[in-house]
Amino acid sequence: MFKKGLFLAIAVLFLNNAFAASGRNSIQIKGSDTMVNLGQAWAEKYTEKNPAEFVAVTGGGSGTGLSSLISGTCDIAMSSRNIKDKEIALAKQKGINPYEIKVALDGLAVVVNPKNPVSKLTIGQLAQIFTGKINNWKEVGGQDAKIVILSREVNSGTHVYFKEHVLRRGDPNSKEEFAPSALLLSSSQAIADEVANNPLAIGYYGMGYISAKQKPILVAGDEKSEYIAPTIENVVSGKYPISRPLFLYTNGEPAGLVKKFVDFILSKEGQDIVLATDFVPINK
Amino acid sequence: MRKFKEFIIEKLILICGLASVFFVILIFLFLLKEGMSIFKTVNPAKFLFGKNWYPISEPGQFGILPLISGSLLVTLGAAIISIPIGVACAIYIAEVAPLKIKEILKAGIELLAAIPSVVLGFIGMVTLVPWVKNIFHLPTGLTALSGSIMLAFMAMPTIVSIAEDALYSVPKSYKEGALALGATHWQTIWRVMLPAGSSGILAAVMLGIGRVIGETMAVMMITGNAALIPHSILQPVRTLTATIAAEMGEAVVGSEHYFALFAIGIVLFVISFMINVSADLFLHRERQ
Repeated sequence: MFKKGLFLAIAVLFLNNAFAASGRNSIQIKGSDTMVNLGQAWAEKYTEKNPAEFVAVTGGGSGTGLSSLISGTCDIAMSSRNIKDKEIALAKQKGINPYEIKVALDGLAVVVNPKNPVSKLTIGQLAQIFTGKINNWKEVGGQDAKIVILSREVNSGTHVYFKEHVLRRGDPNSKEEFAPSALLLSSSQAIADEVANNPLAIGYYGMGYISAKQKPILVAGDEKSEYIAPTIENVVSGKYPISRPLFLYTNGEPAGLVKKFVDFILSKEGQDIVLATDFVPINK
Repeated sequence: MRKFKEFIIEKLILICGLASVFFVILIFLFLLKEGMSIFKTVNPAKFLFGKNWYPISEPGQFGILPLISGSLLVTLGAAIISIPIGVACAIYIAEVAPLKIKEILKAGIELLAAIPSVVLGFIGMVTLVPWVKNIFHLPTGLTALSGSIMLAFMAMPTIVSIAEDALYSVPKSYKEGALALGATHWQTIWRVMLPAGSSGILAAVMLGIGRVIGETMAVMMITGNAALIPHSILQPVRTLTATIAAEMGEAVVGSEHYFALFAIGIVLFVISFMINVSADLFLHRERQ
């Protein structure tokens, strides 16, 4: 009985390996949590059209995706930030040649609880809030209470983008950091939930996660400019100040199955899905 | 032929026995090799007592004092909650409860041990966290206290079952002697049973704490993960385990950050090793 079971287990193991090696009918996609929903939507539509092929999408963060690409455990890495020079060097070392494809744009929404009277902030104020220099809501026109800062974990491309473009205002020599008191949550959904329950919280995430339970803050580049809402039109027109490109990375120029999938993403149909999942299509 | 069979089986078992020790040594060596690399670039004192944890900045700051204090605070809180309840529960099960209730309680505690930590974390996030926030009027419920309460639930099964064993193994004659001398039931438990089983109970407590300090998923979900040195149990903390779990995926293999996470692993290993050794010492004292 036991021997039979063992034999079966080994047989299954071998079969699995055989499938992984020869049956190239599956694509592994991994990376940015921001893009997981988008990746899923693409995968579903794509497999609907090509039922013989199989696309697996997992999140984990941009860094996680890129390091899997480098270690060869996924075919496509989703990333909400550019690949770092360090990562490229490491990839080259391992014989992987990262190839960048820009697939969509994302507006980064700053959100608070709908009960919070604050509804607009400048980038400067945001930087001061998230670095802990402003720690009471009354300094930005709210009630007299401590600000609860919510951030994503350090493996998140959103975390890195927000630090570089809001906290440091794009200055590579800046040493600004998130306040040590910032709560680091492990997903965008966790931030959305905490903001929905906590009137003193402020957080940020890709605008796809905005729902009626959170209030997006209108953001202005500085005090003199207009306060802009994070909407698709404003991101497309470039008026909204915190938006970023989203990328896929492949090993070398896409070929075969991966190329077919990437072509689908860049097609009109793929880009319609981008719009449907509250991101902003490219090629507009 | 029979002898040959015996020989094979004996050797197979020997290999299995050695394998576990072998694996522990391999794991420790790997941990040491990867973790020590961080000290080529970062001063060990600065690593252990630095107050800033910004691993992905250029240059990174690798001070794990906030993480150590976070782990210790959550563990201390969990110990304060789980030890009295756990030991009292063990006394009740071993000495007081009628047979029927005893069976039900034991099954319940085993069930508590079977709940996966991610489920406990999730339940804590949606029920306990808002509750802590409202009761203490805090800006956020993601605090060390929430983590401590949830972890106390995880330490309880270990504490109760081992402490109950310890009480059970106190020789019957002690109890009979005390009762014969005219002591009440409570006096017998307090003055005779507890001191006689004390080393086993201490071992139970140590193993419970060992479980708590190594727990990852639940604390990551409900302690807020803010890397600052806590001044009260009502503040968010970031633990050693949660840091490794949250950041390992991102760390570029071979980078400073990657080595720093392994060094945190060494610190954790040393802490839980000390806890296990002291639990062992207590257990041995009992046997002598």
